[in-house]
Amino acid sequence: MFGPEFERKVDRIVARYPEPKAALLPVLWLVQRTRGFVGLDAEAWVAERLGVGAAHVHGVVSFYTMYRQKQLGRYHIQLCTTLSCMLRGSDDLAAHLEKKLGIRPGETTPDGKFSLAKVECLGSCGTAPMLQLNDDYHENLTIDGLDRLLDGLP
Amino acid sequence: MERILTRNVGKEGSHTLAVYEASGGYQALRKALGAMTPEAVVEEVKRSGLRGRGGAGFPTGLKWSFMPKDAARPKYLICNADESEPGTFKDRVLIEKDPHLVLEGCLVSAFAMGARAAFVYIRGEYVHGARILERAIEEAYEKGYAGKNVLGSGFDCDLVLHVGAGAYICGEETSLMSSLEGNRGYPRLKPPFPAQAGLWGCPTTINNVETLACVPFIVERGGDWFLSIGKPPKNTGPKLYALSGHVKRPGVYEAPMGLPLRELIQNLGGGMLRDDRPLKAVIPGGSSVPVLTADECDVDLDFDSLAAKGSMLGSAAVIVMDSSTCMVRAIERVAHFYAHESCGQCTPCREGCGWMERVLARIERGEGRQEDLDLLLDVSSHILGHTVCPLGDAAAMPVASFVTKFRHEFQYHIDHKKCMV
Repeated sequence: MFGPEFERKVDRIVARYPEPKAALLPVLWLVQRTRGFVGLDAEAWVAERLGVGAAHVHGVVSFYTMYRQKQLGRYHIQLCTTLSCMLRGSDDLAAHLEKKLGIRPGETTPDGKFSLAKVECLGSCGTAPMLQLNDDYHENLTIDGLDRLLDGLP
Repeated sequence: MERILTRNVGKEGSHTLAVYEASGGYQALRKALGAMTPEAVVEEVKRSGLRGRGGAGFPTGLKWSFMPKDAARPKYLICNADESEPGTFKDRVLIEKDPHLVLEGCLVSAFAMGARAAFVYIRGEYVHGARILERAIEEAYEKGYAGKNVLGSGFDCDLVLHVGAGAYICGEETSLMSSLEGNRGYPRLKPPFPAQAGLWGCPTTINNVETLACVPFIVERGGDWFLSIGKPPKNTGPKLYALSGHVKRPGVYEAPMGLPLRELIQNLGGGMLRDDRPLKAVIPGGSSVPVLTADECDVDLDFDSLAAKGSMLGSAAVIVMDSSTCMVRAIERVAHFYAHESCGQCTPCREGCGWMERVLARIERGEGRQEDLDLLLDVSSHILGHTVCPLGDAAAMPVASFVTKFRHEFQYHIDHKKCMV
């Protein structure tokens, strides 16, 4: 459903495994990388392509926290708030982000620029507090540093 | 001490094959394929005393020996790179800074067990690490270290990177396999153990990243060399410690197994973050293990010393808390994690984790009731040991330890409706 190049990538993923179903997580990743989210139409397409039920695909998509069903903002801010980050001040960063962006975790700014989430441990505890901005980690954050980071985004 | 696991960390281009080869990389694979039988590799790992670095501390060589010797069905190795235990960030260093060490560990271990493929299951959030591993795998294929007829030896082994999608539970080995097969990450009961029925029903062994990274050194330098490091015979080898929380220099530190906890905090970590705030408590092995009070911190960081103190080495993620820490708030945050990450399959864990979180939240808000403290211990004891996988235990143990060891702080919260600190 996303063109021949996409289909070729799917073929290559499927070929890595003894059973096509094992390609489910990677193919869902490919879909989300391509369009920004998964979506019910793509779930049905993936189910057909891999020979599994659409309900199974939906069950998998809803089990894992990183698959999403709608478009997020251009910048997805995922603030780690688990224990090591909490000890180093992530509560203050969370409050600052909510105030600065005017949104709560789980929401997107009206201009579609930022989405905010509080997430569980990202494995960056030695450089706490930290957040993941789209794919990248930003570590050892302060409120000033956070402002500089966000204010500098186009 | 000589840095072993982290010898390449800090070098320019440490993630590239060129730098890895220049530091003697892939010599262990050449040695294993050229001069050793698979059984000899397993024996060397058994002799080394290597115990799993993912959390359970099970003897690695023994685990490998459970794999059937015949070739009736394909055999698989999984490298568990789903590092998600709160406080743990040691595997990420190896993945990002020395990916070929991890891959060489996979290849030598796959040879030892007769595995035809090694799957590296990495957590989805490690986007950067996954890109580095993907490129390293390409390099390994280009140079003939992976794929068909590795280094002309007749041994075939594919390397496959598999990216997770956000689920702590997938670090548990049966859940990981379920996820890799394209399902929700639900754990299942053992037996059958993965060595009998793993991926697609085939014999499978799952080892942690750091565990596999030890293997090339054991093959090159010998099991006796590894056995001589740390506290032989049962707590051996170099170890990565992930230090976080209220210290001046948090980070990953390599030291011989059995590093004294106070030495890690004081010498390597530079001491407490603020000189006017003394040590209050330490979680020594990731958020799943029982907490130690400051008085209990004269302990060596190894499997058996921490077990003797009623805690665990776990993933060697040391979380340090100073006198400004509210223990009610700290454990409430930990309880929230487990309530969020419970897969929902077993009733004691699904219901109990949420219940503990709600009770802790009301104590934290100043709405606690006197009976809540015994209630927390009661709920915890009904989760412990009553679930398919260890997530239930991981949620229950810290709550019980915090409430028991810092009961006066919880009592203060209930009596005064506010924090002691």
